[in-house]
Amino acid sequence: MENNDIIKIENRVYKKPSLLNDSHMHYCPGCSHGVVHKLVAEVIEELGLQEKAIGVSPVGCAVFAYNYIDIDWLEAAHGRATAMATAAKRLMPDKLVFTYQGDGDFAAIGTCESIHSCNRGESIAIIFINNAIYGMTGGQMAPTTLLGQKTATCPYGRRADLNGYPLSITPLLAQLDGTRYVTRQSVHTPANVRKTKAAIKKAFQNSMEGKGTSVVEVVSTCNTGWKLSPEKANQWMVDNMFAKYPLGDLKNVDAEKKD
Amino acid sequence: MNDQVTLMKGNEALAMAAIRYGADGYFGYPITPQSEVLEKLEEEMPWETTGMVVLQAESEVAAINMVYAGASCGKAVFTSTSSPGFSLMQEGMSYMCASEVPALVINVMRGGPGLGTIHPSQADYFQACKGGGHGDYHPIVLAPASVQEMADFVALGWDLAFKYRCVSLILADGLVGQMMEKVVLPEQRPRRTEEQIREQCPWAVMGRKDMRPKNIITSLELDDDKMEANNHRFQATYREIEKNEVRYELVDTDDCDYLMVAFGSMARIAMKTMEMAREEGIKVGLVRPITLWPFPSQIIAEVAQHVKGILVPELAAGQMIEDVKLAVECKLPVAHFDRLGGNVPTPDEMLKALKEKLINA
Amino acid sequence: MKAEIVIAGFGGQGVLSMGKILAYSGLMEDKEVTWLPSYGPEQRGGTANVTVILSDDRISSPTLDSYDMAVVLNQQSLDKFESKVKPGGVLVYDSYGIHQPPTRTDIKVYRIDATEATIEMNNSKTFNMIVLGAMLKINPMVTIESVLKGLKKTLPERHWHLLPLNEQALRKGMSLIAE
Repeated sequence: MENNDIIKIENRVYKKPSLLNDSHMHYCPGCSHGVVHKLVAEVIEELGLQEKAIGVSPVGCAVFAYNYIDIDWLEAAHGRATAMATAAKRLMPDKLVFTYQGDGDFAAIGTCESIHSCNRGESIAIIFINNAIYGMTGGQMAPTTLLGQKTATCPYGRRADLNGYPLSITPLLAQLDGTRYVTRQSVHTPANVRKTKAAIKKAFQNSMEGKGTSVVEVVSTCNTGWKLSPEKANQWMVDNMFAKYPLGDLKNVDAEKKD
Repeated sequence: MNDQVTLMKGNEALAMAAIRYGADGYFGYPITPQSEVLEKLEEEMPWETTGMVVLQAESEVAAINMVYAGASCGKAVFTSTSSPGFSLMQEGMSYMCASEVPALVINVMRGGPGLGTIHPSQADYFQACKGGGHGDYHPIVLAPASVQEMADFVALGWDLAFKYRCVSLILADGLVGQMMEKVVLPEQRPRRTEEQIREQCPWAVMGRKDMRPKNIITSLELDDDKMEANNHRFQATYREIEKNEVRYELVDTDDCDYLMVAFGSMARIAMKTMEMAREEGIKVGLVRPITLWPFPSQIIAEVAQHVKGILVPELAAGQMIEDVKLAVECKLPVAHFDRLGGNVPTPDEMLKALKEKLINA
Repeated sequence: MKAEIVIAGFGGQGVLSMGKILAYSGLMEDKEVTWLPSYGPEQRGGTANVTVILSDDRISSPTLDSYDMAVVLNQQSLDKFESKVKPGGVLVYDSYGIHQPPTRTDIKVYRIDATEATIEMNNSKTFNMIVLGAMLKINPMVTIESVLKGLKKTLPERHWHLLPLNEQALRKGMSLIAE
C-alpha cells in the first residue's frame, strides 16, 4: 500500500484543533509549551467556547501565545495577568477567562496578584507552566529553580544561603478559601497529557460556572535552558522536579463534596 | 432648588459622576487624600443599580492593570489614586497608551517626593504631562479647579478617551478632592450593552462573537519598523488632540498689565489674589489651563503680547513654568512662586510674591 | 453677600460637621458655598478646622488668610486664629477650657458658654447647634429655617425626630448672644 492510499480523511485518527493556527511557533523543539497550547485550544473547542474565550498571555516564553491560538487575547505586563483576568471576568462574567503564565511571571514578579486573585476566588483559570528557569531571557534563575540547579544567574548551582529556597507556590494557593481546584500535572507522557487536558477542562468549566479560581500547574521542561536534549530533559524532570513538585490534585472542592 | 444640586467633596463628585456616566468598573486602592472615591462607590453600591463593578484591589499596581484589562475590553473603567500610588501606576499608563485603550485615571496629588505628606500639591505635573512611564506617550491631562469640574471632567475624560483611544488623566490635588462645593450631577445614563460596545469598539477583546477575526490587545511589537509605525500613529493622534482639545479659562485678561498662569486650586487662589490686586489698582489677568496636556501655549502667547510680565504660581518647584516660558519664547519676564510639600499659600502671600517678583522686580 | 468663616477646635468636637451644616444651609438658599477642612490624621484627637465661605457670587479662593468670623473652641485654635480675624470682624469663643482670653480690641469678641448650655439642655450632643445658633444671631448669613431644611435633607429619616431638639439648641445658642 502506498502512503497516499493511507492518508485519507476516513483514516484520520488525530486532528489538530482548528483554533490552533498554522503560525510557526517560536518554541524550542522539545518544549512543553506546544503541547499545553494544543490542549488549551482543544478544550476550548470541545467546550464550544470559541466565541467566549479570552486568554491573558504573560511576559515570558508564552508571550506570543496569542499568535497561535485563535481566540481573543490580552497581553499583560510582567506578572499582572491575574489582575487583568480579574477585571475581564468581573466585567464579563459570561466569558471564559484564563491566564497562561510561567514561573517567573506567576510566582516571582506576579506573586502578589497571583495570591490575591486566588484569595478573592476570581472565577478564572490559571495555567501555570513551571519549568524552573527563565526561558525567554536566556536561562536565569526562577523562583522555582531547584537547589543545586545551574542557571545563568546561579552558575554554580542554586544555594539556599545565597538565593533562598525554591518556591512551591501551588500548595500555598490550595490553602486559600477562594480556590476551587488546584492541581499539578505534567505533559511528558501521553497519559500525563490526557490528565493535564482533563485538568484544563475542569478549570475552564469552573470559570464558566463562576465557581472560583482554578490553578493548573504544569511541571515542564526547558531543554534549552537546562542544556539537555528533550529526552534527557524529560528524565531530569522526572528524577529531580517531581520530588519538589509532586504531581496530583492539591485541592478539588467538588471531589471533596462527593466524598 | 434643582434636586440635582447637592453639596459634596470633590472626591465624592468623581465617584457619583462616574456612576451617572454609566461606568462599567472601578478598580482602586485606598490612599489619602482620595480614599473617598472608593468609599463613596462602596456606599452607593452601583452593582445593585447600574451593574457597575467596584473592586478594592490589592495594590495600585494591580488596580491599574485591572483598568488596563477593562479598557482593553472596551469598557468604561477607571481608577483613582494619589501621588505615591500614581508612581506605581506609571508602567500601566505606558502600556495603556501603547495599546491605545481608552481609560480614565485620576491622581489627587499630595506633597512629595517619597511618601511625603497628605496635603495638596501639584508636583506631579511633569509625571503627568511629560511621560512618567517609559516611552513616547501622552495622556490627555485635565485639571479641575472646582468640585463641579471634578464631576464634569469624568464624562469629558471618558468621551475624549473613547474618541481618541487614549488615556485621560484627571490631575487634581488634595484641596479640590477634600473641598465641598455645590455641584450639579449629570443625569444617570445607562451602561452600554455588549452589542453597543462591540459596535463602538470593534477592536475590543470580548470574545470572537460570530467567529469574527480575533482581537489582541498588546503593547508588544518586536519588529522595529512596525513599532516605529506604531509610534508614528500614536504621534499622529497626539497632534490631532493638540489641534482639537486645548481647553482653558481666561479671567480679566482683556485689560491686564500682568498675567498669572495657574491651574487647579492655585488658580482659585490666584483669582482671589487678582481681586485684591485690582482693589489696589493693579490689573492682573489669569490664564487657567484646563488641559495641561495639550498645553494652551497659543493663548498664553497671545495674552502675553500686551502684558509686562507673567507670574506662575505652582504647588511645585517650577514645573509648569517651563511650558509657559516655551509658550512665550522667553520674550518677557516669567517669574515663579511656589509653596511645597503640602503647604498651600494664602492669597496674601501670592499678592506679595506678585509684587516682589514681578511688579517691583 | 459674602461671609468668610473659620471654625476651629479639637478633632472629634464636631467642627467639620458644624461647618458642613452651615454650608448646606447656604446651599438651601441657593448661595455659592465652599467647605474646606483640615484633613488627615491630625483630625483624630488633635486640632481640626474648617473654612466655610458663603457668597452670592462665584467664590475664588477656598483658602483664606483672614476671616469675617472665627469660631474657636479651644485655646490652641484661639491662639492660631485670633490674629486672622479681619479688623471689624468677629471672634466667637467657648469659655470652657480657655485660660488666655483674646486681647484684640479692633474686633468684636463674643464669649459664649455653650458647654454650660449643653448641661442646661441635658444633652452634650447639642453643642454644635448651640454654637451655630450663636453664630447666626451675630451674623444672620442664613436663616434657621434653612438650617433645619438642610438638616432634614442630609439626615436619614430615622433621625428626623431629632429635628425639634436641634431647633431648640439653635434658639438656645441665639439666646446666649445679648441683644
